[in-house]
Amino acid sequence: MNTLLLTGSQTVGPFFSPCLLREDACRNVLTQPESAGERIRIEGRVLDGDKVPVPDAMVEIWQANAHGRYNHATDQGPAPLDLTFTGFGRSGTGDDGSYWFETIKPGPVPFDAGHMQAPHICVTVFARGLLNHLVTRLYFEDETTNAEDPVLQCVPNERRATLLARREPDSAIVYRFDIVLQGANETVFFNL
Amino acid sequence: MSNTTIGAIVRGDREVFPPYLYEAYQSTRRRAPTLPLVDVPLTLSELTGPGPVISAISPEDADLTRNAGTGSEAVGQRIIVTGRVLDDRGNPVPNTLLEIWQANASGRYLHKRDQWPGPLDPNFLGIGRCLTNEDGVYRFLTIRPGAYPWKNHPNAWRPAHIHFSVFGPSALSRLVTQMYFPDDPLHRIDPIMQSVPTEAARERLIAAYDHKVTEQEWALGYRWDIVVQGPHATPFEPLEAAEAEKRRETRQ
Repeated sequence: MNTLLLTGSQTVGPFFSPCLLREDACRNVLTQPESAGERIRIEGRVLDGDKVPVPDAMVEIWQANAHGRYNHATDQGPAPLDLTFTGFGRSGTGDDGSYWFETIKPGPVPFDAGHMQAPHICVTVFARGLLNHLVTRLYFEDETTNAEDPVLQCVPNERRATLLARREPDSAIVYRFDIVLQGANETVFFNL
Repeated sequence: MSNTTIGAIVRGDREVFPPYLYEAYQSTRRRAPTLPLVDVPLTLSELTGPGPVISAISPEDADLTRNAGTGSEAVGQRIIVTGRVLDDRGNPVPNTLLEIWQANASGRYLHKRDQWPGPLDPNFLGIGRCLTNEDGVYRFLTIRPGAYPWKNHPNAWRPAHIHFSVFGPSALSRLVTQMYFPDDPLHRIDPIMQSVPTEAARERLIAAYDHKVTEQEWALGYRWDIVVQGPHATPFEPLEAAEAEKRRETRQ
């Protein structure tokens, strides 16, 4: 089958916020009051190679609902849909490089017929200076199933910690996930 | 751009997608990852995606000449930009969200970080969005953006362009890119456009003037198709295969 040449990527540039982060396009809060699942807050910063905050980045997330079902026709699994939860989030970064989401902890989703993936959130990063977006995953440090996760297993052992969100010692459930674009503790990005 | 340092790290097709490090575009230097991207299996997480569930827009959003809410029209050459969103097998991508942003006719963005002395237009926000129809067709009415100066290198000017954000059917099809206009002498000296590695892939970013799209005494027409990666891949199976192999060995 002939395949068409794909359209290449270009940087999001410095001026995307009036469009991509307009009030009804920004989605820091993924939950509605009726959404099922354990409420979590994700906080982090986007940092460059000098560990300087990136104030003009955009972070998008995509995740399954609390039952481990994606709100998408390709997911025909038995877990129930939650009509109050789309699973898509979009946050800009502040002057300190920070982004945040209020969501629910996703359930585990299937890998293949016999195996599950550890709970995770897909993360995409856009910024001036990124000619192509970056794709990574957020895993939860306190999940015992991480050790068997087939995607984490592809990551060199010494770099896996960059994909683990750290539970903050608060009463509310806050996970910290910094995204380091370059240099020491550089976040693992996927060829996706 | 021939003497710039080009990094080895690329996401996706090396004939199409720019490297993360392209030194002539200075902002890449401290933001490009330096470690190899990790190859991972495609799973349900990548073969699904938010595209199909994002749709809250209104028809006025696709008319940038009048969506500033002032009741007056933006200044500049009125243009229609239309085309299809296709996957790499040529299938139309219906009902997917496109978001666009651009400078005004004088090359100025309505943004606090754009302070060069090009005049602002109170009737132009420079933002728009629409959904593709069932045939994958999108259509915007806007004004032709001007070229704009930036501080990347002495006397640097970006060629006129419109930024596009596209979701498509799965997480694999997510794309942010820029559409350029034909016959622009700034193309060959623009490091952002030149970061795209091949002539054929750069051509893909340039809209075509199309007189059939042009409307009499109203607007000039441009046609630009966008090709995104389709959701054709199947989820990974090696683990399952490995397990089956193990079961066979156990039986023996």
